[in-house]
Amino acid sequence: MKLNRENKLIIGLCTAAAILIAKLFSIQILDDKYKMDAENNSMVYSTIYPTRGIIHDRNGNILVGNKVAYDLLVTPKEVEDFDTLAFCEVLDVTPEFVREKMQEFYRNRRRIGYQSVIMIKQLPPETYMKFAEVAYKFPGFRGQARSIREYPFNAGGNLLGYVSEVDAAFLAKHPDEYKSGDYAGKTGIEAAREEELRGEKGYNIWLRNSRNKIESRYRDGEFDKEAVPGNDITTTIDAELQHYGQMLMANKVGSLVAIEPSTGEILTMVSSPGIDVDMLADIGQHYKEISTNPYKPMFNRAVQASYPPGSVFKLVNGLIGLEEGVLTPNTMYPCSMGYHFGKSKLGCHAHKSPINFEESIMMSCNAYYCYILRDLLENPKYKEIDEALDKWREYVMSFGFGQKLGSDFPSELGGFIPDSKYYNRYYRKGGWKATTVISLSIGQGEIGCTPLHLANLCATIANRGFYYTPHIIKDSEHVTIDPKYKEKHYTMVDTTHFPKVVGGMYRAVNSGYGSGGTASVAAVEGLDICGKTGTAQNPHGSDHSVFICFAPRDNPKIAVAAYVENGGFGATWAAPIASLLTEMYLTGEISKDRKNLEARILQGDLMDRVRVKK
Amino acid sequence: MRDTGGHRGRGLAKSIDWKLVICYLLLVLIGWANIYASIHSSEPASIFDFDSRSGKQFVWIVTALCIAAIILFALSPRIYEGLSVPIYIFVVALLIAVIFLGIEVKGSRSWFAFGPVRFQPAEISKISTSLLLATFMSQQGYRIGRAKDFIITALIILLPMLIIVLQSETGSALVYVGFIFMLYREGLSGWLIFLVGMAILSFILTLTASPFTAILVIAAVASLCICLYSGRFRFWLIACVPLIILMACVPAIMNAWTNSIIGPEGLEALAAAEGDFAAAGIAEPWTMKVKPLYILLGVLGLTTPFVAYLGYRERSIFTHLSLLSMIAGIVLVFSADFIFNEVLQDHQRKRIEVLLGMKEDPTGVGYNVNQSMIAIGSGGLFGKGYLNGTQTTYGFVPEQSTDFIFCTVGEEWGFMGSAFVIMLYVFLIWRIIRNAERSREAFTRIYGYCVACCIFMHLFINIGMTIGLMPVIGIPLPFVSYGGSSLWGFTALLFIFIALDRNEKKYF
Repeated sequence: MKLNRENKLIIGLCTAAAILIAKLFSIQILDDKYKMDAENNSMVYSTIYPTRGIIHDRNGNILVGNKVAYDLLVTPKEVEDFDTLAFCEVLDVTPEFVREKMQEFYRNRRRIGYQSVIMIKQLPPETYMKFAEVAYKFPGFRGQARSIREYPFNAGGNLLGYVSEVDAAFLAKHPDEYKSGDYAGKTGIEAAREEELRGEKGYNIWLRNSRNKIESRYRDGEFDKEAVPGNDITTTIDAELQHYGQMLMANKVGSLVAIEPSTGEILTMVSSPGIDVDMLADIGQHYKEISTNPYKPMFNRAVQASYPPGSVFKLVNGLIGLEEGVLTPNTMYPCSMGYHFGKSKLGCHAHKSPINFEESIMMSCNAYYCYILRDLLENPKYKEIDEALDKWREYVMSFGFGQKLGSDFPSELGGFIPDSKYYNRYYRKGGWKATTVISLSIGQGEIGCTPLHLANLCATIANRGFYYTPHIIKDSEHVTIDPKYKEKHYTMVDTTHFPKVVGGMYRAVNSGYGSGGTASVAAVEGLDICGKTGTAQNPHGSDHSVFICFAPRDNPKIAVAAYVENGGFGATWAAPIASLLTEMYLTGEISKDRKNLEARILQGDLMDRVRVKK
Repeated sequence: MRDTGGHRGRGLAKSIDWKLVICYLLLVLIGWANIYASIHSSEPASIFDFDSRSGKQFVWIVTALCIAAIILFALSPRIYEGLSVPIYIFVVALLIAVIFLGIEVKGSRSWFAFGPVRFQPAEISKISTSLLLATFMSQQGYRIGRAKDFIITALIILLPMLIIVLQSETGSALVYVGFIFMLYREGLSGWLIFLVGMAILSFILTLTASPFTAILVIAAVASLCICLYSGRFRFWLIACVPLIILMACVPAIMNAWTNSIIGPEGLEALAAAEGDFAAAGIAEPWTMKVKPLYILLGVLGLTTPFVAYLGYRERSIFTHLSLLSMIAGIVLVFSADFIFNEVLQDHQRKRIEVLLGMKEDPTGVGYNVNQSMIAIGSGGLFGKGYLNGTQTTYGFVPEQSTDFIFCTVGEEWGFMGSAFVIMLYVFLIWRIIRNAERSREAFTRIYGYCVACCIFMHLFINIGMTIGLMPVIGIPLPFVSYGGSSLWGFTALLFIFIALDRNEKKYF
């Protein structure tokens, strides 16, 4: 063959064709990458949802478990004509619902294609089983098991929080971890421990054929991923005590918090009125009802409400006074139905006079603490009252007041303790003196604290001078809590001053009726309960009833704070509630002679006293 | 080979090259079947459904066959030579008119719209250009080596090309580059093709590597050519190769030198200052200012006059031409950057960048090519079977029935199918070249080569694009891609040649 130009061009043509064919050979036969990519393109991932971690109480009881429910899925392209009425009957839905849904699917048919979509969410197993028996009559419909929350104990609705399907706003915040259709904890422990509880989704991989129909498992499931169940969590809550606490607080507005002083573990945290666990399980149905309830059951008063502490706060002022040396335990002050300054007076109730420090706690004398606060603020140690007040605030803050305690419970609020700047802004500098702010001495005025703060104060006194940050999650197999919950926090008051306060609290409860002790109602024989009443004036109606107590006096096992809105005297509602809870925790029952008291509390209904915007 | 014998007075039917026609019909039917495959899942319908592309393509095929029949049986093949000038002028006028009167499709104005029917004049300009080239170049006394003839030939090709570039259809314009093969057959110097090839190579090198590398390669090739031509290959091996290697090492040497001047502590400070000498508090070493490119240009500046003097002494025009080409190449390298950044349009620049691997961009411009390669690659040896392709079905591949129709072939028919299609094209082009060569008339031969060049360029660019050998240039696969203009254009292009070919067999 001559190598003329014609042949050269033909050789060129063949070379070019050979290059194309060689490249085709390389990508079609030699290189597996493209086949794998193609499989990726035609793979369909079907999600396997993990079961959520179980929430246990401190004794191993299940607070939150899981149960199976079924979502009814429908693949619109596979649906044939079916007996709508039979369908409605077995699934307990209306024909209108079915018609509406099917029309909706038809409108979106392009987007849906051969996919399955959810038609009915969370069918109970009984309903689904009925459907499964006749499912052959309804091609295109099938069930998908899904685990939902179950609550064996009616305890801790607000605490536990609820789980619901993620919404668009949530997805925007967590674009990588969640997909539409996933569930997530929204409040309470479910939200706070979402990462541990949620587990890991798995998937089955299926292959589509060219008509977009699922054809087979991808490589027999070799690359499927099992779902990893969420980690179980152990809370510090005592389920039975929590349940009892909720019963005691039923039909009252307020909070009941119990802490184990030696660990800072929260045993019980009741916010009343709260959310019933039955509502939690199906929050979607009840959400409107809950959110429009005038008593705001979603509002967790135990950590979010800012209340005046009332006389309970005298304990703090007394301890600061002892530490600052403005009084000794033997200092006697007179009280003539109150503390008089100028033409004004801060009233007190009738009790013997003069009294010493322990007696002032026992009888909750207002005048005594006016003297202490005045001496604190007019202490010559400090150049001016600003400095003295700020020092006082520093002391108070060292008890955990005026700031978030840092518990592992979400949405905790910090309360408020005023400083000199606050009053300078209010009255101008130099425009106020000790008597201006004298109500601080008895826990009134510009002080705000949460029931959790009060329980923590009680635990601090029970521990004679230190506290552990209150927390609600315990160490367990899969979960280790932050080491900060195992650190002691000492107050700025020396521990040697605490026994005097404890003495006063003991006498307040155990001196018997007629002795002048304010909390005799809380006394339980043999339990050595130490307590302090409070009656907090407030602009929203009757006084709030406040009581803190711990027991036993030595090696206390429980510290309780009860706060009953508009309950009147501390001894009327809060003291019985707190002492009943303490008794139940320590002895497991209520003694016979206190059954009447228990009955009165359980039946008590104070809801009418609370002013709400209806 | 009875059918190709040159016996006078053969029957109408027998004088047609039926093998070409069968090859054409096969490609058209393959195209139709694959258009149906590429759309059937999103619009499940009969292949004849006139609302779908396969149904419309059926209409185009029937009309194309009518056009073919008219060309074969109704029109005298003698008219083309005489009409080629008016046809050419008419088509050029259409090409210009479409810029102003056409509708805009994907950023280019190259389509006329008459109601629902769209028509792209660029498709018939291939025919008119081929016809005029054949007419002009088959004249008595035409010599491509003569400057006047060559310039007119070049103008005939460049005029429609330029207008098509103005329509922003650079891809279609690229096809005209293919006419260079026809010119080569007609006596154009092989050096010209070589120079064009070198120009493209240095353009790519400039963009992907550096102007330094491009100029070094140009100098190396030029020196090799000069030495080979004057029989001094051993001198090239002994003297030039070491010098070239030394030059290639210059950047590394300069870098090492710079580092030794700055010292290790200085380098750390410099790294901390992100290469800012002033911020690092170091005087910029003199080696930084002397760029390797300057050294290379300096060496070339010293050697070139010497070589030129040798060429003068030996009366070697070749040497001087080579040196001139080299200088032109260097100028090209320096302007390449400018051309790339200033002349090319954004989307063209991106496509070139992706093709040359300058930018990884699997979801942008590279997405099309990547998905197309996945579709073809997943076909394997025998393919997934007709209508069973998954990649083309889910719509991962864009433009499935037009520019990327080869994906469907590759996925559903596998390597065997795609190689078969390529072989069909090779057979078709080879057959055209063979018939052209056997022709007694220069007009038929030249026109035949033009047809072969056009089909070849479309074939190579289109399939090369789908398998990642070429940048994404939106031109159809002849006879196979969906589209009326393109099918009609190629049918007319091919059947005019078959008619010319038959005409010769009939009368000679």
